[in-house]
Amino acid sequence: MVETPSLRRAIWQSLRRELLLSYRHKGDLANPLIFFLMVVVFTPLGISEEPAMLARIAPGMLWVIALLATLLSLDGLFRSDFDDGSLEQMVLSPQPLACLVLTKVFAHWLLTGVPLTLLAPLLGVMLQLPAGGYGVLVMTLLIGTGSLSLIGAIGAALTVGLRKGGLLLSLIIMPFYVPVLIFGSGAVKNAIGGFPVNAELAILCAMLLGWSVLAPFAIAGALKISVRA
Amino acid sequence: MAWQWFHRLGSPKWFYEKTAAWLPWLGFISVTLILAGSIWGLAFGPAEAKQGNSARIIYIHVPTAVLAMAGYYVMAISGAIGLIWRMKLSFMVMKAAAPIGAVLTFLALFTGAVWGKPTWGAWWVWDGRITSMVVLFLLYLGIVALQGAYHNQDTADKVSSVLALVGMVNIPIIYKSVDWWYTLHQPATLKLTQKSSIDPSMGYPLLLMILAFYLFYAWVLLLRTRVEILRREQKTNWVQDIVAKG
Repeated sequence: MVETPSLRRAIWQSLRRELLLSYRHKGDLANPLIFFLMVVVFTPLGISEEPAMLARIAPGMLWVIALLATLLSLDGLFRSDFDDGSLEQMVLSPQPLACLVLTKVFAHWLLTGVPLTLLAPLLGVMLQLPAGGYGVLVMTLLIGTGSLSLIGAIGAALTVGLRKGGLLLSLIIMPFYVPVLIFGSGAVKNAIGGFPVNAELAILCAMLLGWSVLAPFAIAGALKISVRA
Repeated sequence: MAWQWFHRLGSPKWFYEKTAAWLPWLGFISVTLILAGSIWGLAFGPAEAKQGNSARIIYIHVPTAVLAMAGYYVMAISGAIGLIWRMKLSFMVMKAAAPIGAVLTFLALFTGAVWGKPTWGAWWVWDGRITSMVVLFLLYLGIVALQGAYHNQDTADKVSSVLALVGMVNIPIIYKSVDWWYTLHQPATLKLTQKSSIDPSMGYPLLLMILAFYLFYAWVLLLRTRVEILRREQKTNWVQDIVAKG
């Protein structure tokens, strides 16, 4: 009779697996970052390289591009597990699927959201982001990318059964990204203007907490549907 | 005995036959009321104090907006009922409701833009309510897109229900957006618990139009659901009999 591992052990093993797999495919880790850099390069080339103009659009552009980079990385969240059958094992396991899913999303955030956040100030310099914005940019991206990963994982779970789920995933997830984007970039703009950002940060944290409670159940339900299809 | 009607709804055939009798009534009454309400509001109602006659578009704009939001709840709740009680018919209602809601949201945005040009000076502003209505439009489109993406109808239904349920958070945001943010958009004048701040001469035609649109929505929803029933049950004898009869 095989003993069922404890939940703590299951979560730790799951997290360790995600990080190990990602370590073995380091290239995949870099893709969102290169995308971030590339579009930041496109911005002055396509819009205007005037410092005054760039300084005005920098907060919004950095947030939008980080959001798009996260969106691109989401398609692969469950794809490889779905293809080789480990997703089915996760669904069948005695561990609560919501917890396993939360661990996967946390790993995704560690591997995508955090690197994007760390890269953002550097790219902010390239976009002439004014001095007051950097700290708040990092703070809002750190919190916001957590929400983006959670919400995006819902979309990834809903479309994992489709061959070409990528664009559809983006379409169904983007409406939910709107509030995160509004408050995230709004906070950076307020910080640059010298206004307080407590309200926006509080709402971002509230959204993160809300989604981290609700999303795992939605993701688990969607995964069960997709796996049984 | 009390819940028998609910369990009968598990049968698309029962629903199809039962609603056949309702359709002409719903259609006739809803179209009549819409015409009556429009004429009352457009011709006989008062011109608005500051906006003049351009405010008469309220009789289309408010009902479509109300129905767009209510329609989302209809869609999401029928999806939830389908998921919980595994009722095929409920999923069919959800699938039928999605495009109707999308069109109503588009009409609300369009009539709002037409109203905004003479009064606010702009076709479009990015304020809280308009932005969240655009989000609602995108949610509807997402459900329609998701329905079309899956070959297996059962999977498509379940996946769309999950998405519809997750999207329910947006409706209270739309509703409260005019209270939470500084906006050009007028705050609520029709209130449930207090005296409405709208004048009765405008309020009554408006309520009539809202009721008329609700009936119209029910009519169109029934029409679309019946088509969906025929489509999904096409291999059954009773549908083939209907088709054979012409």
